[in-house]
Amino acid sequence: MTLQTPETSVAAPADDIIISIRNLHKWFGEFHVLQDINLDVHRGERIVICGPSGSGKSTLIRCINRLEEHQRGQIVVDGIELTSDIKNVEKVRAEVGMVFQHFNLFPHLTILENLTLGPIWVRKTPKKQAEEAAMHYLEKVHIAEQAKKFPGQLSGGQQQRVAIARSLCMAPRVMLFDEPTSALDPEMIKEVLDVMIELAREGMTMLVVTHEMGFAKSVAHRVMFMDYGQIVEQNTPEAFFTDPRHERTKLFLSQILH
Amino acid sequence: MVDTRQSSGLKPPKTSVGAIGWAQKNLFDGWFNSVLTILTLVLLWKTVPPFIRWALIDSSWLAAADQCKTADGACWSVITRNFRFIIFGFFPYDQHWRPTIAMVLLVGLLIYSRDRNRWTKALGYAWLVGLVTMGVLMKGGVLGLVPVESTQWGGLPLTFLLAVFGLTAAYPLGVLLALGRQSRLPAVKTLCVVYIELIRGVPLISLLFMSSVVFPLFFPEGVTFNKILRAQIAIILFTAAYIAEVVRGGLQGMNKGQYEAAQSLGLNYYLTMRLIILPQALKIVIPPTVSILISAFKDTSLVVIIALYDVLKTTQTTLSDPQWMGFSAEAYIFLALVYFVCCFAMSSYSRRLERELSFGSH
Repeated sequence: MTLQTPETSVAAPADDIIISIRNLHKWFGEFHVLQDINLDVHRGERIVICGPSGSGKSTLIRCINRLEEHQRGQIVVDGIELTSDIKNVEKVRAEVGMVFQHFNLFPHLTILENLTLGPIWVRKTPKKQAEEAAMHYLEKVHIAEQAKKFPGQLSGGQQQRVAIARSLCMAPRVMLFDEPTSALDPEMIKEVLDVMIELAREGMTMLVVTHEMGFAKSVAHRVMFMDYGQIVEQNTPEAFFTDPRHERTKLFLSQILH
Repeated sequence: MVDTRQSSGLKPPKTSVGAIGWAQKNLFDGWFNSVLTILTLVLLWKTVPPFIRWALIDSSWLAAADQCKTADGACWSVITRNFRFIIFGFFPYDQHWRPTIAMVLLVGLLIYSRDRNRWTKALGYAWLVGLVTMGVLMKGGVLGLVPVESTQWGGLPLTFLLAVFGLTAAYPLGVLLALGRQSRLPAVKTLCVVYIELIRGVPLISLLFMSSVVFPLFFPEGVTFNKILRAQIAIILFTAAYIAEVVRGGLQGMNKGQYEAAQSLGLNYYLTMRLIILPQALKIVIPPTVSILISAFKDTSLVVIIALYDVLKTTQTTLSDPQWMGFSAEAYIFLALVYFVCCFAMSSYSRRLERELSFGSH
């Protein structure tokens, strides 16, 4: 797959590979959820992954920080291969931010504590410094005034923005988004997408599983369509939406674009 | 936020508020409830005033045994006249100040530790120093204190000793067992499951018997283990198995997303458990855990069967004195009060803890 350069990009992707996936296979029991996936992600590249439910798109990005273990093939993230060596896995996880569909904030900690936990315990950052950084990122996601509250006191959109800030506090090289807006009420989707767009403008490497095609059009370098555990088609957003090649892609697009 | 709803200006009807409204709603709501209310009132009238007369008005508090026998009311002097034996057992009479100070120290530390804001490193050291001081006070043999063999320990200090050490040691052990039971390592998991199921399948009494009768058979002659220590270990092992099962329930109640969020920040297993999972899981299971701790506290009285003189046994011993025979009602009421105060303190503290910790999640 050659790298595409969309017109919308602000920071052009540097020409080195941060995630390399070779011949990846994964089974859930008998179910072959990922079938021979090959994917290179370049630094600064933004990829949107879409596809019907059960197509393996979430599983794919969850394999990248080994929340799911693959059974065959090779995943190398920033020079570290993911194996059963837990120390390596933890190193990779510290460099790869993850945003979940259901936010998964820590309900027993304040917003500020949610953000400083990783830096303090994993990066060994002094508390004061970690808190300053946390406040910086909270301002960035427009939610600094909520720092002393608990997650349960925030709306879904606010919680998801906190979750994004929590990942950013670890200064990750890559951000993974697993359907970040699917669990939100419609009026809150935009505030989360806006934060993600800002992040994209700053050149963050992003892999986003989403059905928000507007987001894909405005920030993605590449849109990938997955079905039955395979990458069916990938292209620049413009080509992907105007000229899909495969029948399954056409069918899927006709279903979600109405 | 401004409430935009307009008040209608109407007040609620008189009958639904105030004392009359309350009584109507809670006591006389329908004929069945009215009958129940009246029956209860009659029952209370028949029992409470006579009890108060017996216990407080006609009672004798300090009279000698023979005077007491002729009186109508309760004879509390069975307690007051034998107070020091009931509380301290066979601890040398002139040394009673030592267990007294030890208990005051213990209760003081417990009360001071109530507030979670005070849980600092300094308090940890204070506990360490306190426990050593208590040990020295009880055992003696240094600083010019007369040595007192642990066979002479008894009464309330013994009950507290068994309970405080038993519960504080059983809790972390139980948590470890619960984590072990969830382990991915088959050996660890099997070991924990076997341990928990074995211990839970055996009554505490048989464990106590085993610790005092069976275990010494395995040791060469002359090697003796302190009897209190053996009972203590039996209590710890027993309680830990029950705590493990309760904690396991809390761990299983945790959302998988919490593990994933912690892991995706790069936290290792130990930090994930310590910072994310256990604080939440242990909070969920505070009520059942406290139930176990309370029943474990009461179960310490079972040590009478291996001839340790805890506060229950010293009371019974007093009652077997011919002079004081027949005053068991008074003695057991006193004993019940002692246990109640301790258990109620535990359960009210647990409610306070739940309230404080529930602030985060609505």
